[in-house]
Amino acid sequence: MRYFEDMHVGERTELGSHTFTADEIKAFARRYDPQLFHLDEDAAAHSHFGRLCASGWHTTAVYMRHFVDSELREAEAMRARGETPANDGPSPGIRELRWAKPVYAGDTITFAREVIELREMTMRPGWGLTVARNTAVNQHGELVMSFVGAKFAQRRSKS
Amino acid sequence: MPQETHRIGQGIGAAVPKLYWEDFTPGQVCEYGAYEVTADEIKAFAAEFDPQPMHLDEEAARASMIGGLCASGWHSCAIMMRIIADGFVLDTASMGATGCGEVKWLAPVRPGDRLRVRMHVLDRRRSKSRPEMGFVNVRLDMLNAADARVMTVTPHFMIECRPASSGGAEARP
Repeated sequence: MRYFEDMHVGERTELGSHTFTADEIKAFARRYDPQLFHLDEDAAAHSHFGRLCASGWHTTAVYMRHFVDSELREAEAMRARGETPANDGPSPGIRELRWAKPVYAGDTITFAREVIELREMTMRPGWGLTVARNTAVNQHGELVMSFVGAKFAQRRSKS
Repeated sequence: MPQETHRIGQGIGAAVPKLYWEDFTPGQVCEYGAYEVTADEIKAFAAEFDPQPMHLDEEAARASMIGGLCASGWHSCAIMMRIIADGFVLDTASMGATGCGEVKWLAPVRPGDRLRVRMHVLDRRRSKSRPEMGFVNVRLDMLNAADARVMTVTPHFMIECRPASSGGAEARP
């Protein structure tokens, strides 16, 4: 993970793309969100969605995988330069989560993250808070999901 | 993907929904669950979706700000979804959700936690452009066995209105 001091407001990171297959949409749905429009093509065809689509929580989980992979790549690059990466910090929460359009089976979704605020933490001197706007866009360029997320980031030691 | 278990039902959805938009009344409070979280499930979800050391490895988690192995916040959301799916969503003429005003991760979800969800129905409105459906805003508090709130989520549900042909019988979520 990167340190709080290494981030700046306005920085935008392309996190990569993922194609949602029908099989993985159904596997996630069977486990966590077994509504018929996430489980069964025929039922989905008769629903207002019109086609099999992913649980919104599946979309956010796949976003997270891309974000964490991006941070782990940064950590690897830091180690290669002889630096020690920051520890991972938890998130107190997110706001304005929007599932703007369905993610259909076969859709290729591209994720991005833009830092919009960096907050000093007086109560937690070793940490800062990073606030970022996160987006997911489909292969037609349409926004399918967005949210504003906060995450603690470790500060560089002053010693 | 975590192993499928049979703790809380198979959930294939209701052929005939029992609950419609009209059945969700501001002020209603309902509780659903429980769901037991295991270390294996926490690590399996993390390995697939959130491979940060605090969700994957006990020792690394002890050294982290969170002080011990805990579930990914997105895993908590998925568990909450499963609890409400089995609790009422699969019996509801659900059309999904447009989003959530906020998701707050208030306390870590640990291995062995037994989670419940308490739903407060906040407000509702019928769609102007699509009178066959309406919106219902709720607050979902996820509680552990000690009754501590571990997460709060405020989703905006879309639900079909009761068709005249259904006979008009009222039900409660």
